[in-house]
Amino acid sequence: MNALARLGRTGLAFFERLGRGHVFLAQMLYGLPSMLLRPRLVVQQIYSVGVLSLLIIAVSGLFVGMVLGLQGYNTLSDFGAAESLGVMVALTLVRELGPVVAALLYGGRAGSALTAEIGLMKATEQLSGMEMMAVDPVRRVIVPRFLAGMIVMPLLAAIFSAIGVYGGYFVGVGLLGVDEGAFWSQMQANVDLHEDILNGVIKSVVFGVVVTWIAVFEGYDCVPTSEGVSRATTRTVVHSALAVLGLDFVLTALMFGDV
Amino acid sequence: MKQSTTLEILVGLFVAIGLAALFVLAMKVSNITALNDENGYEITANFENVGGLKVRSPVSVSGVRIGRVSDIHYDIERFEAVVTLKIGRDYRLPTDTSASIFTSGLLGEQYISLEPGGSEENLQDGDRLKLTQSALVMEQIIGRVLFNKASEGVEK
Amino acid sequence: MSQDGEQQSLVEIRGLRFVRGTRAIFDGLDIDIARGKVTAIMGPSGTGKTTLLKLIGGQLRPTAGTVTVDGQNVHRLRRGGLYSLRKRMGMLFQSGALLTDLSVYDNVAFPLREHTDLPEVMVRDLVLMKLQAVGLRGARDLMPSELSGGMARRIALARAIALDPMMIMYDEPFTGLDPISKAAIVELIDTLNEALGLTSIVVSHDVQETAAISDYIYVLAEGKVVGQGTPDELRASPSEWVRQFMQGLPDGPVPYHYPATDYAEDLLAGNG
Repeated sequence: MNALARLGRTGLAFFERLGRGHVFLAQMLYGLPSMLLRPRLVVQQIYSVGVLSLLIIAVSGLFVGMVLGLQGYNTLSDFGAAESLGVMVALTLVRELGPVVAALLYGGRAGSALTAEIGLMKATEQLSGMEMMAVDPVRRVIVPRFLAGMIVMPLLAAIFSAIGVYGGYFVGVGLLGVDEGAFWSQMQANVDLHEDILNGVIKSVVFGVVVTWIAVFEGYDCVPTSEGVSRATTRTVVHSALAVLGLDFVLTALMFGDV
Repeated sequence: MKQSTTLEILVGLFVAIGLAALFVLAMKVSNITALNDENGYEITANFENVGGLKVRSPVSVSGVRIGRVSDIHYDIERFEAVVTLKIGRDYRLPTDTSASIFTSGLLGEQYISLEPGGSEENLQDGDRLKLTQSALVMEQIIGRVLFNKASEGVEK
Repeated sequence: MSQDGEQQSLVEIRGLRFVRGTRAIFDGLDIDIARGKVTAIMGPSGTGKTTLLKLIGGQLRPTAGTVTVDGQNVHRLRRGGLYSLRKRMGMLFQSGALLTDLSVYDNVAFPLREHTDLPEVMVRDLVLMKLQAVGLRGARDLMPSELSGGMARRIALARAIALDPMMIMYDEPFTGLDPISKAAIVELIDTLNEALGLTSIVVSHDVQETAAISDYIYVLAEGKVVGQGTPDELRASPSEWVRQFMQGLPDGPVPYHYPATDYAEDLLAGNG
């Protein structure tokens, strides 16, 4: 009976939290238009979530692209289809790895920082202090970060994919001797602007919204102690990674599958 | 607030890099230049069997891609598949053009190959191709070969 | 109920009840805060003094009862009304609650920039005036992390008075400060109250400092007011509660021991 009660309590707590998260999302969306009047706040946040994540995204993109070039070449050349390397690298990056890996890295780099920052602001009563100064902390602190995440994520994913394609090009054409013309022409013939690239961008926007939402909510909702903040930071990384991978499946099924 | 200009420049730079990456993906990686969805006209063709043809499969003449399949549906009155082809505006085709479904390579995807006829008039938007050749389905070919072998055996 | 007439009370708390979880933190609290005076709310740690300030500021909702500030029922106000009321309240948090990513100058300028469209020149003048009032004009370029606890609290005070509020709530203003900083804060609260005609609410458990500046004191325990009066009246109070608190006796109505079973029994139980 005790175990059953505990299960019930955990379930209730889970749904309560889920509900709070959605109310919070609604609050943020409601506050979005106010950012038109305060673009400076958003610019500042684009710096801290975007510009500071650029290096890790660029370097990871390069290496992932290079690995794809290497592995793809080994597999494709068995079928005599090494010319399709460009297609394989580009489609893998644009459809999947670009949005997904960029979102995972963004969650680890920027998401955790957002949670920690907001959590610390809560723990040191800065949010409460703002409220007492008649400044809505959701609009002043949360919404700019949320919006910045929405803007930054597709850009990071695009940078990741573009650099990755060149990484694959470097390994495939530069090192392994795939024909340069075939590499690009096959890629261009088979990668569709609408079907592949636009869908990839849509994915990354969705990931940006979800990861940033999780990050700011965990920070805002955390237990305002140093332990609470560190737990919330861990939760951000874990939950955002799970959310990205799970959502990726759903979005892929909707976009590319015949489901 | 002292370094706000530097910050703005960095953010501007970041957004520019991001947009440049999107631009590279659009121009260099994808086929934006090949075909624009908006420009073109549609013709239809009926096939007994479309095999593995899909929406967005390429349509080509003499191996040059000139359009794509925009719709496939089943005509319940004629018991045939109706395939709608979107052809680029710049490509003119005579009215007696024939369409066949081929496979590119042994395991490749299927595409529609058009064979222009000798008519003076050109196809207009909404016209229907009269001469079509269905996709080859592997099982049918194998079945036919087996049947021929079997009947040869009976004759002997 | 209060030492002055009804009209002169800026804050009126009636029948306030606040429950957190299953524990009633306040149960039928009645408090009046007189205009232009320094009113102290005292009590041992854990009696929810900070919670009371949050209830007055409208950050928490009471389970029952009303809080009226300047004739407006705080918890009946809509968001807009509550925010415009809060602009006229300042609050000094125990930690200072300075925004860590802004410099001292920007922290003090924060409420001015958020709520007014004043040109930057005027903001500068106002900020320097407020910083001068707390004696830290020279620290304007420091970041909050470079400040000592006492300095942070004085900066926070400068920020709290930036919009010239009608009242300031001080949450444990003396806690954790060295004697010099403590004296500086005591001095500041007193002079600000005089010079700006503020109404001050001081929540504290530092008897000496609080009694020195307050005009009227409420002593809270177990969710109720157990004593009230001027500092002198309280010192002469016959109440056991008040005496224990004012004189700092370790045992009394607030027991030294956390509630437990009988000591001897507890020891013997281990042998069984």
